[in-house]
Amino acid sequence: MPLLRTQKLTAFYGDFQALYGIDTSLEASETIAIIGANGAGKSTFLKAIAGLIEGPADSVLLDGLPIGAKRAADIVRLGVALVPEGRRLFPSLTVEENLLIGGHSRKLAAPWTLDRVYALFPVLKERRSSAAPLLSGGQQQMAAIGRALMSNPRVLLCDEISLGLAPIVIADIYAALPQIKAEGTSVVLVEQDIVQAMKAADRVYCFQEGRVSLEGRPRALSRDQIHRAYFG
Amino acid sequence: MTGFLDAIIQGILLGGLYALFATGLSLMFGVMRLVNLAHGDLIVLAAFAIFVVAERLGLDPFVAVLLAAPILFAIGFALQHVLLNRALGRDLLPPLLVTFGLSIIIQNGLLQMFSADSRRLRSGAIETASISLGGDIAVGVVPLLTLASAIAVIVLLNIIFYRTAIGRAFRATSDDLDVAQLMGIDVNRTFAIAMGIAFVVIAIAALYLGLRANFDPTIGPARLLYAFEAVIIGGLGSFWGTLAGGIVLGLAQTIGARIDPEWQILSGHLAFLVVLAIRPRGLFPRAVD
Repeated sequence: MPLLRTQKLTAFYGDFQALYGIDTSLEASETIAIIGANGAGKSTFLKAIAGLIEGPADSVLLDGLPIGAKRAADIVRLGVALVPEGRRLFPSLTVEENLLIGGHSRKLAAPWTLDRVYALFPVLKERRSSAAPLLSGGQQQMAAIGRALMSNPRVLLCDEISLGLAPIVIADIYAALPQIKAEGTSVVLVEQDIVQAMKAADRVYCFQEGRVSLEGRPRALSRDQIHRAYFG
Repeated sequence: MTGFLDAIIQGILLGGLYALFATGLSLMFGVMRLVNLAHGDLIVLAAFAIFVVAERLGLDPFVAVLLAAPILFAIGFALQHVLLNRALGRDLLPPLLVTFGLSIIIQNGLLQMFSADSRRLRSGAIETASISLGGDIAVGVVPLLTLASAIAVIVLLNIIFYRTAIGRAFRATSDDLDVAQLMGIDVNRTFAIAMGIAFVVIAIAALYLGLRANFDPTIGPARLLYAFEAVIIGGLGSFWGTLAGGIVLGLAQTIGARIDPEWQILSGHLAFLVVLAIRPRGLFPRAVD
């Protein structure tokens, strides 16, 4: 049984339908990437899994348990954490407070602690007392990932973690993914940077206008297939 | 000169009372972005609650407030959970309408139960006790306790907000409601706890309101106005700013009254308008607002 599965997942913003019956699966310790053009429904897909957009209960299954109708606060307790697009750190909290609030729902001791996050991103320890808005974009992204890890997720949903960052910073952030996977965390990457996504992922889904237009292992997909799936 | 110095001291002490009125309002706005039009009436309601507890059980109001505070916490928690959380959202209008309705209900409910007669909390000799500062200047013990309580409340709130997990949740929820939920924060419960704490602050404000002056069911809106002015003068979302706002208001009123007794209330409103014109975000606005 997949760790996370979406079946016929739909999502709406008022009358506008953003997703049309998305079927995906994610195995334990696997990384999948969701690629696609702007407006393809990638971020909506993550929001629907994370509980920010309500849908039918059985449209999202975690370990076979229907979670599609649960609230975001309950879903994170079940082990699904979202790194939102644009980082969205809490501006009135310091870096360390942002990390601690990530562990707000955690009741038991678990692998991801402040020390582990600081070991993964040492620069955060140096900036632990800084207000979040004072960090550079890359440092903010590290803090946003660290904050999500503090809930000890089984599934980490990453929304455009390379957006607006310099290539060297992106490389640093992607270098952390293997360590995150080593803790048994599965990762869903939503990316516009196709090269980065293909390198990091075990499998890729391409979205086009709210539908899955292509699925496969990165090495098995040709440039032409991706181009057609991306642009239609 | 002594008269002017006396006005300044009395103004600062009066500011303590206004800061207490305003701190609960500041807390509600700071966490929930709730503009509570029933705030003044809730202070009056709490004053009647302390009055009833003190009268029925034969207790001093300082003891009665200790009994009333947990009850008011529970009422605040329930009010937020059952009613106000439903009204909060992207639109500012529903909570305004709900709290306006609440204001009318409280005023009329109190009139029905207690009539329009003025009441006062009685605490014996402490009400008239004073401390001489030399010269012709003396300060009342109750006004002094009021200011000390305002400072203590603000210190405690700062400890809660900046040293505890629930305080982090308050600030996170205030910053970004959606992302706060992604952290596993139960926003409705967090808001309800914040409202419970605001009600305890309201109970303390009510204690000093009832000890310093007569109160009746209709005086809530004027207390709301002072509270609003203190919050806005101080800067939204800052507790120390709220204290400063209360003191500015108190100073303006006592200095105005020293010039001409008819100017007391007007001077406070003028000070508010001047601050609003010069610093629209208040004296100590929170950086991220």
